[in-house]
Amino acid sequence: MHDALELAATRPQSAALRSYAPALLIFVVLALVPPIALLGPEGYVLSLTTRMMILAIAVISLDLLLGHSGLVSFGHAAFVGLGAYVTGILITEGVVDAFTILGCVVAASALFALVTGAVSLRTSGVYFIMITLAFGQMLYFAASSLSAYGGDDGLTLWNNAQLLGTGVLDDPRGLFYAVLASLIGAFVLVDRLKGSRFGRVLNAAKSNPTRVTCLGFDVFRFRLAAYVIAGVLAGLAGFLSAVQTEFVSPATMSWHRSGELIVMVILGGMGSRNGALLGALAYVGLEELLSTYFAHWKLIFGPLLVLMVLYAKGGLGAVLAPLTGERPRG
Amino acid sequence: MLEVRDLEAGYGAARVLFGVDFAVREGEAVALLGRNGMGKSTTVKALCGIIRPWAGTIRLHGRDLSGLPSHRIGRAGIGLVPEGRQVFPTLTVEENLQATARPGLFTLPDVLELFPKLAERRHHLGTHLSGGEQQMVAIGRAIMTNPTLLVLDEATEGLAPLVRADIWACLDQLKSRGLAILVIDKHVRTLERFADRLVVLERGRVVWTGAATDLHAYGAVVDRYLHL
Repeated sequence: MHDALELAATRPQSAALRSYAPALLIFVVLALVPPIALLGPEGYVLSLTTRMMILAIAVISLDLLLGHSGLVSFGHAAFVGLGAYVTGILITEGVVDAFTILGCVVAASALFALVTGAVSLRTSGVYFIMITLAFGQMLYFAASSLSAYGGDDGLTLWNNAQLLGTGVLDDPRGLFYAVLASLIGAFVLVDRLKGSRFGRVLNAAKSNPTRVTCLGFDVFRFRLAAYVIAGVLAGLAGFLSAVQTEFVSPATMSWHRSGELIVMVILGGMGSRNGALLGALAYVGLEELLSTYFAHWKLIFGPLLVLMVLYAKGGLGAVLAPLTGERPRG
Repeated sequence: MLEVRDLEAGYGAARVLFGVDFAVREGEAVALLGRNGMGKSTTVKALCGIIRPWAGTIRLHGRDLSGLPSHRIGRAGIGLVPEGRQVFPTLTVEENLQATARPGLFTLPDVLELFPKLAERRHHLGTHLSGGEQQMVAIGRAIMTNPTLLVLDEATEGLAPLVRADIWACLDQLKSRGLAILVIDKHVRTLERFADRLVVLERGRVVWTGAATDLHAYGAVVDRYLHL
């Protein structure tokens, strides 16, 4: 009996390892981008890839809510914008130490997520979508009215964050690897969370919150914790975005941006192991490719996304499922 | 261990329970009997906090649970196997069981040994299981919370006779390990064998409590309230 149990337990381990293949391959390719970029337009390639990775961090964080917990947050870009604004304001005020800024970004994002999550997670379905949208727009208009920090026009950073007193983050290669390390960290963190009991309770509550509650788990607290974690990760993406572009604008937290993040999650495949990563990279890559060749590229991009949703319901994660062995989880 | 006194509950303005009284002692199996609509499932829902009791008290190990939210009742030691099984469809069998695990007597290997079929299908998603297997997961999931009282609402509803026999055999094992069980099921004859005591509900009130072996009194109850 125990032999059978052990056999059943070990059989899927190779399949689980195989399911990490796309992410591993992406990380290896990304790590090789800076030396390869030397052969071409280095600045453009590094800048584009860094932007992709920053967005991937935001999308991974949103997938924890949307794909794994069934919480359709339509205000997730607000956390990205909040992280960017905290960074921008602190640098403008002369605080340039990256860890100090990061600490403030984490605190601000966590606090905003805690307060807005405590209100919005008391609702569900379309009401949750609307209330997260409302909080997002609230922050958008608050940023637009910050006349001391650029208001509608945004805020240009005349200085940049310093990592341990060095200008590593000012160097495109240094920033690239800092962002890659953050991306790998975010991926591993969210993947570990999804595989933990915490993640399983969240996933179970997605289909039947009442049942989870009856088994002794306070679904609200679990969801609030996930909301705060996702908010902090999105805030980190905002910090990196501000450091990369040396500019912050209310547009980073508009509802359009939140919508784009949702599209990236869906494109990659909600709740799948590699989906958020694939979705963000594919979205930015496709956007960049089409806009290079077509003036009205959105006319092509839109129908492509519609076709993707119609014919590849599990997104890119499902398209790669035969190779990765990952099963769609409905 | 569990004491329910003068429990009143209902839905909206419709009262269903009119002062239900019963108790479950340590290690005892108690069956709630009654025709459809007599308040069996409502009693379970009130017990587990899914609906808020209007009046009365529910005490587990002397602690008043009435009016507490469901998750605190679950933590206090009541493990519910709901009607319709409601297995988490996006989790595998193993994940369904691990999601609810709390430290105590029952661990994952125990549950898989109790239900060998689940060991074979531990990596299958909840949706890819037969009705019987789903019910095994639902029972296993409740056991993994290490409750002091296992509550089953329609324990074998819609299951084939052979699968029903498997479920009852498993419940017998749990009972022999000292777990107190409160069960609702349509198969009264099986409950008569399984339960130490029967509690008969009629229009939201307990009209008879006793052992099935109390044949003289029980025969009249069966004729009058259960129409078997």
